[in-house]
Amino acid sequence: MSGLTPSQTVGPWFAYGLTPNGQYDWSDLATGNLITPDVAGDRIRIEGVVSDGDGAPMPDAMIEIWQADGQGRLPVRGGNGATPNTSFKGFGRSPTDPKGLFWFDTVKPGAIAAPDGKPQAPHILVAVFARGLLTHLYTRLYFADEAANASDPILKLVPADRRDTLIAKKETRGGKTVYRFDIRIQGEGETVFFDV
Amino acid sequence: MSIVYPIDSMKVHPSRAFAGYKSTAKRHPVKPLIIVPHTMSELTGPVYGHDAIRPGDEDLTAHGKTGEPLGERIVLHGYVLDEDARPVPDALVEIWQTNAAGRYIHVGEKHPAPLDPNFTGAGRALTDKDGHYKFVTIKPGAYPWGNHHNAWRPAHIHFSLFGRSFLSRLVTQMYFPGDPLLEYDPISQSVTDLKARARMICSFDLDNTVPEWALAYRFDIVLRGRDATPMEH
Ligand SMILES: [Fe+3]
Repeated sequence: MSGLTPSQTVGPWFAYGLTPNGQYDWSDLATGNLITPDVAGDRIRIEGVVSDGDGAPMPDAMIEIWQADGQGRLPVRGGNGATPNTSFKGFGRSPTDPKGLFWFDTVKPGAIAAPDGKPQAPHILVAVFARGLLTHLYTRLYFADEAANASDPILKLVPADRRDTLIAKKETRGGKTVYRFDIRIQGEGETVFFDV
Repeated sequence: MSIVYPIDSMKVHPSRAFAGYKSTAKRHPVKPLIIVPHTMSELTGPVYGHDAIRPGDEDLTAHGKTGEPLGERIVLHGYVLDEDARPVPDALVEIWQTNAAGRYIHVGEKHPAPLDPNFTGAGRALTDKDGHYKFVTIKPGAYPWGNHHNAWRPAHIHFSLFGRSFLSRLVTQMYFPGDPLLEYDPISQSVTDLKARARMICSFDLDNTVPEWALAYRFDIVLRGRDATPMEH
C-alpha cells in the first residue's frame, strides 16, 4: 500500500503542452472536437464560460469531458458491460479563451446504466483545471430537455435549489443545437462540484 | 478484474483554499462538494494506446529546429503504480516544462529569460507492461512569479496522467532534490502531509545515469485505485 502522488495546479502555462490547438508546435492529444465520421448520435455543441468568485472570466482554465456516444456506449476496452464501438474517443479537452469560453463539438450521449442497473439520465463528466486550482474539480453536465433528469440517481443527491447549475440550456443557432453550460467556481450560482 | 477507488487516500491532495497561494482565494468552491457513488461514468476513462504517441515524443531534446537544446541533459523515468503498488500499464504521461533558463514558450509569459529555439518543452509517453515510462529532457530552471515579493518557483516539471479511469486522473508537478526554493514555495507546501509532499520530489538515480552523456532522475507516481482482489500474503 502506498500513498497517492498529490495533485498540483496545472498552472497558467499549460497551453503549449496540453492544448496546443495549432497555436504551438506540438501535437494535440485531444481537442474540443470529438466528432468522428462514424459516431452515433445527434451532433451538438457545448459551450460555456468559466468564472471565478468575482464573476470574472477565467482565461487560463482547461475543461476535460468524458462521455458515452448517442447509444450510451462508453468507448472502453472490454469489461464492465461497456461496448467498444467506433473510433469515437468519448474524451475532449478545451482550453478557455481570453473571455473564459470553452467549447466542444460532440454528440448528445445516450442514457447509460448505473451499477444497480437503473439508468442514469444522459450526462457528461466534466473535469476543471486552472491556475489557482490546486486539485481539479469534478462536475456533471445534464441536458435541459431530458425528462429522465427527474429520476436521475445522482441529480437526486443534489439539493433541489442547486440542480440548475448542472443543467445545460438548449439553444438553436444557425440550425445547430447548442447547449450552454457556464461553470462558476465560486460565489453566486456556484456550480455543484462532486466529491468522488 | 475490478478496481476500487478509496476516498480516504484523497486526503493527501492540497486543500483548494490555501492562503499562501493567492490565486486560490477566488478559485475554490465555498459550498460543500456533494458526495456521490461511483457509476460507470466515473469508473471508466479514455483508453490510450501507441496511436496516442509518436516515436520521439518522449525525447524533448530532439524537438529542436537546428539541434539540441542548451542545458543539462537528463534521463527522467519511473513507474506509474496504483495504491497497492501494482504497475499501471498503458498510462499516458504528458509533461511540460521551462527551458534551462526558466522560460516557457507560452505566448503570455513575460519572464525576461531567453527562449531556446531547440526546446519547446512538451513531451508524451506511455507506460509499458511494468508501468515504466522514460523521458529524455533537460533540467528546467527556476522562474519568478507574482504571488508575493521575490517569489520564485523551484525548478519543476508539470505532469499529467491518465490511468485506469476518469477517477485516477492526475495533474501534478515534480520537483528536484535539494532545491533551496522548495521551503519558500506555497504551491508545493500546499501539500501539508510531509510524506506526501516528499513524493513529489524525484530522486537522483546513479544506476541509470549514462556515463559521458546524462544524469538520471527517477520519479514514481501513485495513481488512485486499487485492485479489488485481496493481496496474497
Ligand atoms: Fe510551472
